[in-house]
Amino acid sequence: MADIINFTIDGKECVAEKGISILQATQENDIYIPTLCNYEGVKPKGSCRICTIRTNGQFATACTTPVADGMEIENNTEEINDLRKSIIELLFVEGNHFCPACEMSGDCELQALAYRFQMMVPRFTFQFPKRDIDAGNPKILMDCNRCIRCKRCIRAIKDEKGRSVFAFYRRGENIKVHIDPELGSKLTDELAEKSVTICPVGAILPREKGFRIPIGQRKFDHEPIGSEYKH
Amino acid sequence: MENNTVHSAIRKYNQDKMRLMDILIEIQDNENYISDDAVRIISEKLELSLVDVEQTISFYHFLSKEPQGKYTIYLNNSIVSNMMGRQIVAETFENEAGCKFGEVAEDGIIGLFDTACIGMSDQEPAALINGNVFIHLTPFRVKEIVRDMRTGKDVKKMHTSYLDGGQNKSEYLNSAVRNNIMRMGPVLTDDYNPGTIIMNNLPQLTPEQVIEEIKTSNIRGRGGAGFPTGLKWEFCRIAKGDKKYILCNADEGEPGTYKDRVILTERPKLLFEGMVIAGYSIGATEGILYLRYEYKYLKHYLENALEEARGKNLLGNDIGGIKGFNFDIRIQLGAGAYICGEESALIESIEGKRGEPRDRPPYPVEKGYNDCPTVVNNVETLCSVVKIMLKGGEWYSSLGTPVSTGTKVLNISGDCKYPGIYEVEWGLTIIDILDMVGATDVQAIQVGGPSGSLIGPEEFDRKLCYSDLVTGGSFIIFNFNRDLLKNVVLNFTDFFIEESCGSCVPCRSMIPLFKQKLEKILSGNGVASDLEDLQSWGKLMKTNRCGLGHTAANPILTSLKNFRYLYEEKLERGKEYETGFNLEQAVSESCEATTRVPNF
Repeated sequence: MADIINFTIDGKECVAEKGISILQATQENDIYIPTLCNYEGVKPKGSCRICTIRTNGQFATACTTPVADGMEIENNTEEINDLRKSIIELLFVEGNHFCPACEMSGDCELQALAYRFQMMVPRFTFQFPKRDIDAGNPKILMDCNRCIRCKRCIRAIKDEKGRSVFAFYRRGENIKVHIDPELGSKLTDELAEKSVTICPVGAILPREKGFRIPIGQRKFDHEPIGSEYKH
Repeated sequence: MENNTVHSAIRKYNQDKMRLMDILIEIQDNENYISDDAVRIISEKLELSLVDVEQTISFYHFLSKEPQGKYTIYLNNSIVSNMMGRQIVAETFENEAGCKFGEVAEDGIIGLFDTACIGMSDQEPAALINGNVFIHLTPFRVKEIVRDMRTGKDVKKMHTSYLDGGQNKSEYLNSAVRNNIMRMGPVLTDDYNPGTIIMNNLPQLTPEQVIEEIKTSNIRGRGGAGFPTGLKWEFCRIAKGDKKYILCNADEGEPGTYKDRVILTERPKLLFEGMVIAGYSIGATEGILYLRYEYKYLKHYLENALEEARGKNLLGNDIGGIKGFNFDIRIQLGAGAYICGEESALIESIEGKRGEPRDRPPYPVEKGYNDCPTVVNNVETLCSVVKIMLKGGEWYSSLGTPVSTGTKVLNISGDCKYPGIYEVEWGLTIIDILDMVGATDVQAIQVGGPSGSLIGPEEFDRKLCYSDLVTGGSFIIFNFNRDLLKNVVLNFTDFFIEESCGSCVPCRSMIPLFKQKLEKILSGNGVASDLEDLQSWGKLMKTNRCGLGHTAANPILTSLKNFRYLYEEKLERGKEYETGFNLEQAVSESCEATTRVPNF
């Protein structure tokens, strides 16, 4: 039997199994913390910083920080939610996200978060960067305009030898995701499909299959992201 | 020819993925670039994908997929280099080489590139040429150097001076770089016979006793973060792991810092002995010195020092006659990334990967290099450890202040009479330091490099200590002739844009936005709300993963706090562009003329 620990989130008393992350612990207590780079079953990386919470006076990411006994966590506060909203706004201005023209509209986690956090006009200046579209792969299409560089595909899609199919290129503001020309061209249908589903935005799209799910039936068409949690 | 280099580099490092950095550096240094062919061969031999290899190459400043010229010149573009006359030197390079910075001349002989601080702030302008350092550059020297290149001269033979004549007994090092040790304290003094502690003291002490002594000294990490060293060792000692490692962080990339370069040159034996003591305490069998690429010119010299230590039973098996105490040290070169000075990024880099900081916990003392318990210590910390063992933790804690014990090696550069290295006790004020180095007419001082604070005369009574001004040791002094915003703050902000690893959203995307705002203000188009924006954006930086992300906006935030008037002066002309349109005011005149009352 695993150790049970106590913690509070915004003053609410909760219990959790020792060793799990703050994110898992809060989800088990039916509390929502927004996430974007995190994906169930893939090792968390804490790169989008949207799941930022505060504990012990310090900001930390809920997806990577283990919950500890007696922890007092600040989550759903005006201050923290504004920080999260500004990260969402940053993602909108650093890339080129034209939702009405995007095939993933309605299924896009970034768009859904922007709605949930009621983003109107970003407080930052749009950068309109020049980004590439990689149409060289037989099964998938990579539109870097929409890529939020969350590393989900990089972390999750490996071949049988553990080699990367996707990887970062360069660093800083110029960082971009590359598909391996060799492994990418031999991508199995299964991995191609996985890379499409794992992308939170419309940066990785299947070739020759447009609008697979009709508008109106998409994930966030009727309920905001995170609606599965009560609080 | 080229493929031979690639194959031999791969063989030299046993086709080991963890040694990818070494393989890439070897190829880069021999061929001046890493070709597509080389990438393909490496990926096949090391069982990596092409993008696995390219992601590492593209992360590091000194690795390149394009030819960089037979002679690759990296001219430092840090603030101190600019202050000491970089511009005319850069122009001369461009004229003589026949290409611009960022380009290789058509004949492929010379490549000109910018690079961040190379640890020569007391002897700028300085450049790295094929890994060799050239200091005190002037247009005359530049012409001479380029002339030598045209004749195909060996870079090592292009030096013209014989400097210092210190104790390092290396003719080559003496001809290349000055040490400028202006003040020696107990750590830098030369009153110690290397190996004494290992031979005489260690055999009498248990690892726990050594850790106890270090805890008594109360020494904290000298890299800047200031974690108590004894505690770090204790955590690592008790952590479970088959193998443990001690890593020495010699990646001092904070602009204005060069103390480790001097220590590595003049006191390498002290450092290696400190690593052995640390290794003994935590139960490590391997130590790695992570040496920044900028100091590659020291590698051969340091390897000789290691070889000498092996010969004296100060490294190897049963060290100091202690049965079963086996420990050795190797050197790992970096390839140009400031972020690799962050301990978890440094570990990633030693493993042959991109230097992206790790999420913590787990901390390196639990799970570090190769997923084993690992201690990462600064060069200065490890040297101090030897003196603590020699004279006792009590003695060390009597130096400095009760909370900030011991000494700190400062790197002074910028507008002062005597730039160089000063080892001082903690507790000095900024006024003391300025008096010590002969600085007058001081407008501002950058404490702790770009990630620290820009402070002005009203705060010069602040003290160097962990409860007030904490610093890794970089001090850059600016007199009243310097334009702080345009030349200093902008330069530092560019530095962070270049050095962000790009992993966290607020770091990679915010710094360029900070810069745009600053440029808007500098161009005279700023309005009052721009200053409020800058201030309020600062908080978001605290959500980043690592220290670089937390501090990357400090140049702007600390100058805004301490030199607000400089920003406000620039807003003057901008008053009429004040945002927020006031309709009532705009129509008031016409309302008055037509005697109408606005109906809104």
